Amino acid sequence: MNVARVVSSAALLVALAAGGCSAKRETTARRGHVRVAAAADLNQALVAVIAGFGASHDVDVAVSYGSSGTFYAQLLNQAPFDLFLSADLHYPNELASRGLTLPQSEFTYAVGRLVLWAPAASPLAIDRDGFAALTGTSITHLAIANPEHAPYGRAAVAAMQSAGIYDRLRPKLVFGENVAQTMQFAQSGAADAAIVARSLTSAPNVKGTGREFEIPPAAYPRMDQGGVILRWAADPDAARALRGFLLSADGRAILERSGFALPER
Amino acid sequence: MDWIALWLSVRLAASTTLVLLAIGIPIAHWLVFSPRRWKVLVEAVVALPLVLPPTVLGFYVLMAIGPFSPVGRAYVRLVGHGLPFTFEGLLIASVLYSLPFAVQPFAAEFASVDRRLIEASWTLGVSRLATFWRVVIPLSVRGLVTGIVLSFAHTLGEFGVVLMVGGNLPGVTRTVSISIYDSVQSLDYAAASRTSLLLLIVSFVILVSTYSLQRTVWIKPRH
Repeated sequence: MNVARVVSSAALLVALAAGGCSAKRETTARRGHVRVAAAADLNQALVAVIAGFGASHDVDVAVSYGSSGTFYAQLLNQAPFDLFLSADLHYPNELASRGLTLPQSEFTYAVGRLVLWAPAASPLAIDRDGFAALTGTSITHLAIANPEHAPYGRAAVAAMQSAGIYDRLRPKLVFGENVAQTMQFAQSGAADAAIVARSLTSAPNVKGTGREFEIPPAAYPRMDQGGVILRWAADPDAARALRGFLLSADGRAILERSGFALPER
Repeated sequence: MDWIALWLSVRLAASTTLVLLAIGIPIAHWLVFSPRRWKVLVEAVVALPLVLPPTVLGFYVLMAIGPFSPVGRAYVRLVGHGLPFTFEGLLIASVLYSLPFAVQPFAAEFASVDRRLIEASWTLGVSRLATFWRVVIPLSVRGLVTGIVLSFAHTLGEFGVVLMVGGNLPGVTRTVSISIYDSVQSLDYAAASRTSLLLLIVSFVILVSTYSLQRTVWIKPRH
């Protein structure tokens, strides 16, 4: 069920991106091969990363997007992935401590940033007023990722708490299964606004379709995103090459352009 | 154990079944007895949810009932609030999702009623509508029960559609399958397996009691 869901939601997002991501399906047979399980907030950024990586490496990359928690549960059961890019540090560390990863393969590749986003058709002046735009009576639903298991959901709750508006907004919250679905609630207009990853609103096909307000990083705990290479990686060298690219100056530049902040080197 | 979610699922499944009974019988009747050739198109539309991934259906429903669609806007004007993230929105999605599970057994049973009995009733001066209610329906109880049970059970186990249009609100749109999924996501496997086991038992009991009812008490076997 989970795999089918991940696949179909990935297919849906590809359809949504409407041609903007032809790089996503690269099927030519090449020397190396990496199967990546990636957090939903990487959905757009990784397309650019893989394009850059493919230009300099003979490695074929296949990515599945989903929530980090789902992948964690699947990886505990040895899901066939080589590289896991989580939206936090907890899941990769947990996998490492259970001996399911290659020794010393843990790395931190990006720092997530939160934005408040509303579609362009919305009357909310989010870019001007920030959270203050939400406290009027006009909004009925604010979408966040499920704080029970999604890192961006927990960060969104923390940000609302530090802005002192959590109690007022709590009855209006609706929960996306992951941060990409949360974004979709706002894009479809079903929710008035959403607190999502800047990496999603920076995507080429989203930019210009809405207004956003960047939530000050001090308002929520830092969202380090880590990854690991799995013990059963079929092609560990290819996985290491992709990890190396993510941590290289080129990879970091792409991640930064895609809306992530960067960890200290 | 998430009793709120289980109760919500039962209410959703029961409401969906009632709606499907009300709209499924006329649709099935029309599909069986209408002379129109283009009814195959309607037949295909009714069967679509069997083939489409629930996420596709859920995505379309979300777009269709959202404030950017004419339907969504009309509903807001009429009722004062939107359909997404409400029980009513979930009900609409569930009715679409389970439509073939009601209409197909209904239609199959209507079609298998002996045509001579229907025509005999007509020649005795009974109207077409009255013939349908007094001859066809009583002879189709088996198919009606099958449709009702399948609709109920199918809605009880609904996941992808609810995930897409629900918004995971406790007591409103967090159904039992979403609750189980959340438990798994939060790595609370014990809670997930408790709720899963309960759902398994409930589903099994419903199916067993239906099948045994069909065999014995109030439905005489045909032939």
